[in-house]
Amino acid sequence: MRIAEVRGEVELKALMVAALAGDGVAYHRLLKTLTPHLRAYFARRLNRAAEAEDLVQETLIAIHSKRASFDTAQPFTAWLYAIARYKLIDYLRKSGIRKTVALEEADAITAESDSDAAEAARDVEHLLATLPDAKRTLLRKVKLEGLSTAEAAAATGMSESAVKVGVHRSLQALMKRIGVKP
Amino acid sequence: MRTDALIARLAEDPAPFEKLSTVFAKGLGGGVVAAIVLTWSVLGFRSDMLHAVADWMYWSKFAYALALAIAGFVVVERLARPGTRPGRRLLLVAAVMVLIAAGGLAQWLSAPGAAHAGLFFGRSWRVCVPLIVLVSLPIFVGVIAALRQMAPTRPIAAGAAAGLLAGSAGAFVYGFHCNESALVFVSIWYSAGIAAMTALGALTGRWLLRW
Repeated sequence: MRIAEVRGEVELKALMVAALAGDGVAYHRLLKTLTPHLRAYFARRLNRAAEAEDLVQETLIAIHSKRASFDTAQPFTAWLYAIARYKLIDYLRKSGIRKTVALEEADAITAESDSDAAEAARDVEHLLATLPDAKRTLLRKVKLEGLSTAEAAAATGMSESAVKVGVHRSLQALMKRIGVKP
Repeated sequence: MRTDALIARLAEDPAPFEKLSTVFAKGLGGGVVAAIVLTWSVLGFRSDMLHAVADWMYWSKFAYALALAIAGFVVVERLARPGTRPGRRLLLVAAVMVLIAAGGLAQWLSAPGAAHAGLFFGRSWRVCVPLIVLVSLPIFVGVIAALRQMAPTRPIAAGAAAGLLAGSAGAFVYGFHCNESALVFVSIWYSAGIAAMTALGALTGRWLLRW
């Protein structure tokens, strides 16, 4: 069950309003609920998980110390998103990374979730991007799309043995890149 | 620290928080009191004040400065909060400016040519802008201190709005010292002083309003 589907603006805002009125349990639940969203938001925009976790914590602290700036007549997700985006831009500027952060819809942050599958797929794409074009195409066809060696050979015009050798070498190169001894 | 532990600690933090209205009442109020003391002790209130209050023209500069300060505040309030935009509230600022410009222009056009220089320069045009900036500075400090407790995500715009608010409130206080009341004079020199404060806020906001 994805959090994004159940918890929308209405529920988050209700938790925030209760929290501001002094309901510690609602506040704890709110922060708990937000954390995976924040984690996914930062992880998608930064390369290292440790950096993303630092920003998650910084944002949680900002939510806490700046909670007086939330106007209960305004949407909660817009407030949350603006804080997360501010922290991200601040971090990118401090670390000297030049990157454009798109002005997305305010609800984009709760539409994200930190599903492992999504992250794994992204990691694979990052790794594949380091390979030369021909090898990347070959590896994608055989290992990701599930073509047989013969089908891949027909599709690329290579001989079957060339396909086998190519796939093997590409995998070796990738394993070396992530530090695994073949 | 682990994120879970951090969340538990934040959720248990019993520290009450001050509402935006309280924060600004303190910052703005403190700044205005300091500006009044500064004006009274260094510049002095105008000696003919009791006589001047009977003249409606005397009140126009206060009405202008107060209206612009209110417009500035409603813009600052929006820029102090993440995820909200000043939007149509900026029209309020524009409306006050259009009104004072129209008043100044009407006075200029209806006055005989020989009176124009007097309306434009008054007796204090040289000191008007620097003194408005001087009187506005403590208010600016108070507004910036209040904004720093909030979360402005657009620091340059928030700084400019803080400068507009401080400049307008400062011009209001300065009005008790200044004995000019021509609309032409006020619309030009008071506005220039307020604009200088707005520019100061825009230039310093990026550094002053980091959080």
